Amino acid sequence: MADAGLAESVLERLEKLDCGVDSQDVASVLSVDHQAIVGAVKSLQSLGELISAEQRSSKHWELTAEGKEIVEQGSHEARVFNAIPTEGLSQTDLMVESIEDTVQDKLVQVQKGLTGKLDEKEKNELKKRKLLSEVTVKSYWLTKGPSFSTTVTKQETDLTAEMIASGTWRDKKFKPYNFEALGVPPECGHLHPLMKVRTQFRQIFLEMGFTEMPTNNFIESSFWNFDSLFQPQQHPARDQHDTFFLSDPAVAKDFPMDYLERVKKVHSEGGYGSQGYKYDWKLEEAQKNLLRTHTTAVSARMLYKLAQQGKFTPVKYFSIDRVFRNETLDATHLAEFHQIEGVVADYGLTLGDLMGVLHQFFTKLGITKLRFKPAYNPYTEPSMEVFSYHEGLKKWVEVGNSGVFRPEMLLPMGIPEGVSVIAWGLSLERPTMIKYGINNIRELVGHKVNLQMVYDSPICRLDS
Amino acid sequence: MPTVSVKRDLLFQALGKKYTDEEFDELCFEFGLELDEITSEKDIISREQGDVRAAGASDVVLYKIDVPANRYDLLCLEGLVRGLQVFKQKIEAPYYRRVGATDGKPQRFIITQETAVLRPHAVAAVLRNITFTQERYDSFIELQEKLHQNICRKRSLVAIGTHDLDTISGPFTYTAKAPDDICFKPLNQKEESTATELMRLYKNDSHLRHYLHIIEDEPHYPIIYDSNGVVLSMPPIINGDHSKISLKTKNVFIECTATDLTKAKIVLDMMVTMFSEYCAKPFTVEEVEVVCPDGSTCLYPDLAYRKELISGDTINQKVGIKESAESLARLLTRMCLKAEVTGKADEIEVEIPPTRSDVIHACDIMEDAAMAYGFNNIARTKPKTYTIANQLPLNKLSELLRLELAAAGFTEALTFALCSQEDIADKLGKKISDSRAVHISNPKTAEFQVARTTLLPGLLKTLAANRKLPLPLKLFEISDVVLKDDTTGMCMYVGARNNRRLCAVFYNKIPGFEVIHGLLDRVMQLLDVKPSRDQGYYIQAASDSIFFPGRCAEIISHGKSVGCLGVLHPDVINRFELTMPCSALDLDIEPFL
Repeated sequence: MADAGLAESVLERLEKLDCGVDSQDVASVLSVDHQAIVGAVKSLQSLGELISAEQRSSKHWELTAEGKEIVEQGSHEARVFNAIPTEGLSQTDLMVESIEDTVQDKLVQVQKGLTGKLDEKEKNELKKRKLLSEVTVKSYWLTKGPSFSTTVTKQETDLTAEMIASGTWRDKKFKPYNFEALGVPPECGHLHPLMKVRTQFRQIFLEMGFTEMPTNNFIESSFWNFDSLFQPQQHPARDQHDTFFLSDPAVAKDFPMDYLERVKKVHSEGGYGSQGYKYDWKLEEAQKNLLRTHTTAVSARMLYKLAQQGKFTPVKYFSIDRVFRNETLDATHLAEFHQIEGVVADYGLTLGDLMGVLHQFFTKLGITKLRFKPAYNPYTEPSMEVFSYHEGLKKWVEVGNSGVFRPEMLLPMGIPEGVSVIAWGLSLERPTMIKYGINNIRELVGHKVNLQMVYDSPICRLDS
Repeated sequence: MPTVSVKRDLLFQALGKKYTDEEFDELCFEFGLELDEITSEKDIISREQGDVRAAGASDVVLYKIDVPANRYDLLCLEGLVRGLQVFKQKIEAPYYRRVGATDGKPQRFIITQETAVLRPHAVAAVLRNITFTQERYDSFIELQEKLHQNICRKRSLVAIGTHDLDTISGPFTYTAKAPDDICFKPLNQKEESTATELMRLYKNDSHLRHYLHIIEDEPHYPIIYDSNGVVLSMPPIINGDHSKISLKTKNVFIECTATDLTKAKIVLDMMVTMFSEYCAKPFTVEEVEVVCPDGSTCLYPDLAYRKELISGDTINQKVGIKESAESLARLLTRMCLKAEVTGKADEIEVEIPPTRSDVIHACDIMEDAAMAYGFNNIARTKPKTYTIANQLPLNKLSELLRLELAAAGFTEALTFALCSQEDIADKLGKKISDSRAVHISNPKTAEFQVARTTLLPGLLKTLAANRKLPLPLKLFEISDVVLKDDTTGMCMYVGARNNRRLCAVFYNKIPGFEVIHGLLDRVMQLLDVKPSRDQGYYIQAASDSIFFPGRCAEIISHGKSVGCLGVLHPDVINRFELTMPCSALDLDIEPFL
């Protein structure tokens, strides 16, 4: 407490009054600075309901430094007049012989606190001359509180073990807490928001009975990344401008050769009911190593493996992992991003089933309004872009891609004829940016992110 | 996805109906197109070059429409209108016919042996008695450009040349000659030049310079002459000026030279099916006899119709609908795939026209039936597939460890898998040749030279970007690095593999070795590995250029080295633009699976 004595003086002063008093009056009665009284009032307030203090503000006029000088020495005009020596004046027939210094007079009135004697116009004129200024003073209207007393008892800040042991806490008064303030942040680590969203997507797939694919192979051969998916060797995606190829190790050497021959045949000559692409398929092109451009390369390996196991069993697979594109970078595109992918393989799956699964999946993300647009993708037919209605933007926005894998991809693997494989994919970054309100992908991913964003990001519940 | 820009009013006039932007957008969506942008030439110029330049430009409304990459038949106004009109059942799909020359003697196009190593294939056709208007002419030129950019793979696979047939006389010879022996006046130039001079001239041409590489280093360039030695074109670079077409051209000779014959046939078919509409006898194309070096001859354009049989039941089963064969045939006909029921059970005979080169399998037919039915009219069903979910053990372990590391007070970073050589070598005091890094052959910038071999540089760069935050900074990442690896696995062998690692750093005014050591102990406790020389883990002094001498230890678990920890070398700290001491832990988590 700043000055217990002063606080008690305020209380004593208040005791004598029935109604209330302005803190400024208290200051002048006790002849102390008003700020000291304000301090005393604040500390009394913290002690409970001893007093009640209502803040008010009043305006009054005060002299500026220049104004004070004028009060002492007369106005500038008067001083000029007085400075003129009687003898040295050329215009000896001056109109006036003495002057009345009205400026000084008015300022004296103000100094005496008789501001009321000046009208508004006069005051504003003096204000313009910077001789007067209007000051707002904040003061308190003080009255007795419900538990008014003239003595101040010291309050305890907090409960101690000693008080509990001795029981003295019963007689103590405790300082009230300031519930307006924030608490002390706990010392803890934090998970990255993109990874929090990844965890949620993983959870959704697991809830839907999907098994996780081994996607821990960033380096892939063109064969598995493109050829096995019936993506022709002249496809633009296989261009240097779109894909990162490797110089070391430049080529993959080990392929299941009988399957490779079937892939070559379906590309160059067709088969399995297909016309094929009718071009000269080259092994060298398939051998080129690259950074996988999609996790569908892993889906292809998994489906091939499934076909090799003898009797076909239905599967549901998923993965969420990094993919790489040698693209032009901008606010929403980086050279690497995470692809989310779901695959279902079973006898007799329909396009309606794909839409049904997508509906279930997106419902878990809190998205229920879906529609589908025909699209093109070299390894799916039909292919559908998935659109959801964005309530904020009031329009349909693309949220993913989907389709049924082509027979030219599945049959050479040895997947039985009646089996359909439906699949869909989306990026992990985009829903995360929407979820956490991030506009630039560089603020989410990579070493340039502000860790404070990581510290402060809330938990992720996709459906709320 | 290619984008076609068409004048809105011209489009609506051709469609015979005015749509609102919303209605047309809806129609596009249903048909698998996307109305990408509504703009005008003026808008485009003003956006790219400023309002001043745009002052005089046309403000006719343009629709920019995204077309699926395999639908070459929708790359021009003519094709779009035809497709949509058939879809809306306003017209029937035309039947495209190859016809003989009126005098019975087709134009001949002779390929010589010299082209074999360069661009061995060529096809050609004649559009007879065509009427161009400015719009038709512009569309004709634009379609060539769209085909060149897409299916022709920037002219490398196929190059198209179009000529005013009345200015030249067959037979035509397609051959190859040394660049200095080729001399002609190229399109829109005033003077004759040799091919060598032309290649030099076009080095600075914003459009043509992109195609020079296709033949530049060859000893011979492809060249096409008429019977009088007039140059038609020097594919795939430029046509001759002599035979250029204009609004007045009545008879157009089209040649396509190629490295891929299938694509050349498709490209020629597209050109003639789209524009034979404006011939005196619409949708007829005059044949050209192409003579191969071995003396064999072929008539082009191909304009081949193919028939496929498909059962209604197959379509219904794949799509998930229950339509009669007749109804399915009607749906397919709306997609320019003329279909009829054969009467044998629910069999449907589908005729695939030359414009639909994208239809190569029954599944493509099935998709078109679904599109005409309307994707969004198909009932959404739940598949009955019953499966039990499994997590990938490595990911399961990573997920569990991530949570525990955050609980231990460390914050998760997410850094790039690609980086510069410097990041994983020089900055760590190592030689790139000693690393097992995989190298990228075509990086656009130094940031993508290699795949990371360690997570440490990413974490140190994250620290550097966050130096302003209160200390200590405690970070971790559990993710994959990539290492060259020659051991072969079943069909997986690409010469490299991922390795899942755990990396953590402690950055403060004091090095905090004990903190990072404590974290290792905690991780081992979580992995249920006891501190023990024989049956658990221990650390032993080691040396590494990353760490300060005497402040580095190797982690041994069950007798095998699984990682290291220590206080970073001041040089490493400096190279990553850091100023405080830092300790780090790097651990392979795969042995703990």
